[in-house]
Amino acid sequence: MLDLLPQFLVNGIITGALLAIPTIGFTAIFAVLRFPNFAVASHATVGAFAGLVANVYWGLPAVPSLAFAFLIAGIVGLVSDEIALKPLRKHGALTTAIASIALTIVLENIIRFFFGNELRGYDLPLVRDTRFGDVRVNPQQLENLALAVVIMVLVFTALKYTRMGKAMRAVADNPGLADLKGIDAALVGRVVAFAGMGLVGIGGMLFGLGTSIDPLTGFRFILPIFAAAVVGGLGSIPGAVLGAMIVGVGEEMSALVLEPAYKSAVGFLAIVLVLTFRPSGLLGERAY
Amino acid sequence: MLSWLFSVATFAGIYALLALGINVIWGMGGMINLGMAGFFALGAYASALATTSGGLPIPIGLALAAGLAALAGGLLCRLTLRLRGDYLAIVTLGFSELVRLVAANEIWLTNGSDGISGVPGPWRSELTPFRFNVLSFALVAAAVVVIWALTERLRRAPWGRALRAIRDDDTAAAVAGKPIRRFKIQAFALGAAILGLAGAFYGHYTSYIAPDIFRPLITIYIFLALTAGGTGNTTGAIVGAVAVVLVLEGSRFLEGWTSVLGGVQKAALREVFIGVALIAIMQLRPLGLLPEKSPGPFLKRKSR
Repeated sequence: MLDLLPQFLVNGIITGALLAIPTIGFTAIFAVLRFPNFAVASHATVGAFAGLVANVYWGLPAVPSLAFAFLIAGIVGLVSDEIALKPLRKHGALTTAIASIALTIVLENIIRFFFGNELRGYDLPLVRDTRFGDVRVNPQQLENLALAVVIMVLVFTALKYTRMGKAMRAVADNPGLADLKGIDAALVGRVVAFAGMGLVGIGGMLFGLGTSIDPLTGFRFILPIFAAAVVGGLGSIPGAVLGAMIVGVGEEMSALVLEPAYKSAVGFLAIVLVLTFRPSGLLGERAY
Repeated sequence: MLSWLFSVATFAGIYALLALGINVIWGMGGMINLGMAGFFALGAYASALATTSGGLPIPIGLALAAGLAALAGGLLCRLTLRLRGDYLAIVTLGFSELVRLVAANEIWLTNGSDGISGVPGPWRSELTPFRFNVLSFALVAAAVVVIWALTERLRRAPWGRALRAIRDDDTAAAVAGKPIRRFKIQAFALGAAILGLAGAFYGHYTSYIAPDIFRPLITIYIFLALTAGGTGNTTGAIVGAVAVVLVLEGSRFLEGWTSVLGGVQKAALREVFIGVALIAIMQLRPLGLLPEKSPGPFLKRKSR
């Protein structure tokens, strides 16, 4: 079993990198809008299906399809936030969180209405696994890993160097002070709702590329997404990446001791451990 | 038809129990429990397993269901006690996914996704289906009345007043010397016990449980019931639950009129409606149709 260790480690790093993308979206929304937006589940599904339309119906390759998934999930995220969640934020984070679950049910069922419950797959060229010594990797996985890394670099560059990125960090850090400096918090909130859910949508499609998708796709990923966000520190974007790596590697390594069906239970275990020993997460709650 | 009415009424009673349980946690305690489906499932499985594989009588199954759910609820609440409510939301939602995962995979115990069939109901074999429905309704209704009386009594008692004070401002309550942690854990455990009990009733009434029955959707149904009825209002919780069941069952009649849509599409539309209704009520009537009224002790004394 131990000779499989390098293989599990490689799988874990790939899973972690893919998980990091939607987790960044979830945690960024938490950092700026101050509530756990459980509608990430449906937005992952929206992204996965938008990518499916671009890839299977229009015949686009994976990368433009991912861009389309980002765009559609982002637009849905922005519009649904404006209509459904924004008016509720004054009633508190928990009320908004409940409404975000209702929103998830609504969006998931709109997708079910048009696409049905069948499992669907993307139209991708089949390729053989590549071997590096004892480790087998599918080129598609490598491509996904590379894409995930590129997206992360883009996100971090945007946060560090653009005006909007700086404004976002300012609002997350201290909304009152940001307001004093003339930062338009409402605009920042809209950008975060769009970009955050867009990233979640990309995440949904990236996961779907490896398997198949149905309207419940998003719900299957929420436990690892929450776990990654809490482990890294809720609201911390570097924490989201670190947390995703820990949860991803943990999930794959769990194959050494657990049945594969319990992979996603690792996320819950990680949440319990972190909340017991280091409640603010590994990197704390500072956004950046 | 009459039998069907009693069956609908029984489900309404089970929903009312769920709404009463959530009302203790969210309405009275201000703590969020998005894993309601998990506690519902835990109770259903505990009682079903105790009475099928365990061969125990149903009342012991009910007690086990309430006890286990209370234990799980107390532990989850304890885990996130020092943290903001957001964490409790994540942990409870994670918990319900975990329960579903265990129920679907521990085939030796739960029979996996095939579920457990043949869960015993009280005198099911001796009664006609109609009489069984009437009896089940009577039992569930009795449970609703007992739990209603219990939580209403608690709400008016010093315990309920302290809990409300903690919900509205826990710092002030702590300054007033209330042990806020103990109150929160007690309230969460009590609410979870009611949810577990509702699960047990569900299993014994329908005789069949499976992991897919306990989807997060049911959590939304119950929050809709509670929000519509008036969060924190015990009677409102029951009224809301009955209203939600009427809407769900009523939509089946409407379904009969349209033949353009497939079954999946109709079900999807119904769920869209439920979700939209919850968000709309939260925005338009945040206090619900029957807003919570604080049972003021002074008023009561005056009226005597």
